[in-house]
Amino acid sequence: MSRGTAERVVSAPLVAASHQRRFVLGDRIFRAIAYGAALLIMVIAVIFLIALVIPALPAMTKFGLGFFTSRTWDPVRNQFGALAAIYGTLVTSAIALLIAFPIGLGAALFLAEDARLSLLRGPLSFLIELLAGIPSVVIGLWAFFILTALMRDKVDPFLQHTLGFLPLLKGTPSGYGFLTASLVLAIMVLPIMIALSRDVIRAVPRELREASLALGATNAETIWSVILPYARVGITGAVLLSLGRALGETIAVTMVIGNTMQISASLFASGYTLPSVIANEFTEATGNVYLGSLFYLGVVLVLITIAVNVLARLLIWRFTGSGRAAA
Amino acid sequence: MQTEVVPPPAADPGIEIKLDARMVNFFYGDFQALHEASLSVQARKITALIGPSGCGKTTFLRVFNRMYDLVPGTRATGEVLIDGHNVLSPDTDVINLRRQVGMLFQRANPFPKSIFDNVAYGPHMLGWSKQRINQVVEESLKDTGLWNEVKDRLHRSALNLSGGQQQRLCLARALAVKPEVVLMDEPASALDPIATLRIEELMQELKERYTIVIVTHNMQQAARASDFTAFMLMNQKRAGEVIEFGATDDIFNRPKDSRTEDYITGRFG
Amino acid sequence: MSLPLVRILVDRVVGALVVLCVMVAAIPVLVLFLFVVIKGFPGLLTPGFFTDPPHPQGVPGGGVLNAIIGTLEIVGIGSLLAVPVGALIGIFLSEYGRNQVGDTVRFISDVLTGLPSIAFGIFGYTVVVLTTHHFSALSASIALAVLMLPVILRATETALLLIPNSLREAGLALGAPRWRVTLEIVVPAALGGIVTGALLAMARAAGETAPLLFTAFGNDIVQTNPLQPMGALALTVFRNALVPYPNLQDQAWAAALLLVILVAATNILARLYVGRIQR
Repeated sequence: MSRGTAERVVSAPLVAASHQRRFVLGDRIFRAIAYGAALLIMVIAVIFLIALVIPALPAMTKFGLGFFTSRTWDPVRNQFGALAAIYGTLVTSAIALLIAFPIGLGAALFLAEDARLSLLRGPLSFLIELLAGIPSVVIGLWAFFILTALMRDKVDPFLQHTLGFLPLLKGTPSGYGFLTASLVLAIMVLPIMIALSRDVIRAVPRELREASLALGATNAETIWSVILPYARVGITGAVLLSLGRALGETIAVTMVIGNTMQISASLFASGYTLPSVIANEFTEATGNVYLGSLFYLGVVLVLITIAVNVLARLLIWRFTGSGRAAA
Repeated sequence: MQTEVVPPPAADPGIEIKLDARMVNFFYGDFQALHEASLSVQARKITALIGPSGCGKTTFLRVFNRMYDLVPGTRATGEVLIDGHNVLSPDTDVINLRRQVGMLFQRANPFPKSIFDNVAYGPHMLGWSKQRINQVVEESLKDTGLWNEVKDRLHRSALNLSGGQQQRLCLARALAVKPEVVLMDEPASALDPIATLRIEELMQELKERYTIVIVTHNMQQAARASDFTAFMLMNQKRAGEVIEFGATDDIFNRPKDSRTEDYITGRFG
Repeated sequence: MSLPLVRILVDRVVGALVVLCVMVAAIPVLVLFLFVVIKGFPGLLTPGFFTDPPHPQGVPGGGVLNAIIGTLEIVGIGSLLAVPVGALIGIFLSEYGRNQVGDTVRFISDVLTGLPSIAFGIFGYTVVVLTTHHFSALSASIALAVLMLPVILRATETALLLIPNSLREAGLALGAPRWRVTLEIVVPAALGGIVTGALLAMARAAGETAPLLFTAFGNDIVQTNPLQPMGALALTVFRNALVPYPNLQDQAWAAALLLVILVAATNILARLYVGRIQR
């Protein structure tokens, strides 16, 4: 096939020579290492799940599914159930979101699109990001010494005075309990709530917003009739991710919830959450069943948070198109 | 519409064909982007590929050094002979092919490294001695007229150079591994007129030693700078075809195909 | 003309509420900082705070040297484990991960991100503490490494994807094999983003308490052997806050301030590094 003229001095053959194969080999090795790393995280994930279950086995075999419905927590008689802790976890997280959702949404609306006070937007964003970076034990410390006193002396009596007819607000406020824990959780999930909602609101096409404004709608009407409907799915995802964070928060809650295994209708009563039981009783737990029950609580906690998170991711993926990092 | 089979520009045995593309078809998945495209590139001449955007010029160019390998789901059929070897065949050493067939891109893409390290990257990879690398860096920068402009700041970041300088640096980087063919994909499209002229002057100097294939959307540039021109167009199925190929002078002044004439007169007004 | 008036009024009220929300969200941060600084600063100046181990409860004086060394060592070893692996997985995701395997890794990473931090402690407890039969700094490092992994790998993936493809093509067009282009051109170009991700992950790990409870456990004597129980600043804050001795409580505040400074400094370093690279 070759032309006589084309066969001048050729510096290197185009056909693969054996010493050139090392390049291809290098690519193969590198690819294998990269795939190996990907495999490693899958292996870690599997070991992780197994590692959560193993120490819980003594309690799982003893109590089975009855663990979920029993409110007994009696180390002396070696009888344990998760109901009170599940109740405390759900109640505190729910109240925390009830507080954080409107505030977070409002703040996100401001940070995402409000043209007023634009000079304030940078510093405010920075402050809220800062809050996200503060270790939870520091927030716990502050809540333990400052917030509980404030609640006991000012906020709780005020609430009782004005709304005391509600069963939710019966009892003697000590400063420790569901309400304080919920407030701490609300503070802690606010940065996530704000950051995620802000991103979702920013993703609303500009044309939609401008079209609404051009029709003579006010800012408030545009928020209500264009932005919120469009961003609804994404905001729901943001709420669920915040919920996931609230459910699993350990240290700060442990420091203010009062650490009592009970189900009480009063928000002033002390209680427990799943992670705070584990954190608080780990050092004093004796015997396989007691220790195992703590880890059983951990399994319950992880199952709940995974369910909430997967749901949230699915919603957010649906909204933004894909889980792959944006290029 | 039947494409006329383009004969090589001359049957003269004294002419050396460096790169010979024969009946190349190219596919992105199910979509055919090139249809039976052929081109005979003479050694140490400048061959220009022109045509409207989307006609497959860049795709054709990227077949020559197998850059399409990067995109999953692509394949090429036909033959692209370089020195008698079909680069499309699976036993081609792509690494070596790309060393022999250098490439200059639409936008200057210097590595975020020093000027020296940019040019030295290819030679360094080939394991050349330090002395030889120093020498080849200087030669390449001189060949591209950059030496006097950058010799005092060889170890500063290449990203501080102007756009035109960056593009010439990329050319120096490509020349440093001593290619035989240089592919240029609209190398001046992001440059100002003066920097563009500088690149064209360089091409004239470099064609003494290199075979150059350039894709351009700029008619004047093709007319000014090239020896041969291929005109490409999409067919009804949106696959690119080579409509006419010949000496640049003929293509621009005496086109044989009415479609070439329409395009050229349309552009030249 | 009454309707427009109502509409304008509603608009104003909503606008005011939105501003109110952002203020309410920002206030706790300011209050928190104020308290941590005011209550923690005197403790930092106490003689021996940085240089002494804690004294027994009820005995005045003492410092948190054990905890400072512990936090640095635990997070340091954790980073040594997590950063290379995380960066490699990030490289996998951006260079080879546009497929089912990549999506699986992303999913796992997202699930790990959402897990409560206490779960990582249980992981370290089962995998290391139960098998070696005693608490150790190493078990804490391993727990924190897994906690850091998703942050690092996502940051790496994002940083690598920001590198324009033309840079990869330039390297390949010179005849460089893909692995060299990735390691010598793409990764150095994305180093800013990768380092930032690593620093943010370290900042988060340094502030964690829950994973340490069942792993490092805490230790009042200065310990540097990673196979032994070890103190940490976060543990000092948690434990000292709950005891009735004012000097230990003061120490908790000071340790909290130190922790905040450490975390903030790491965060600021991360931002500065990005700024330097991008210039």
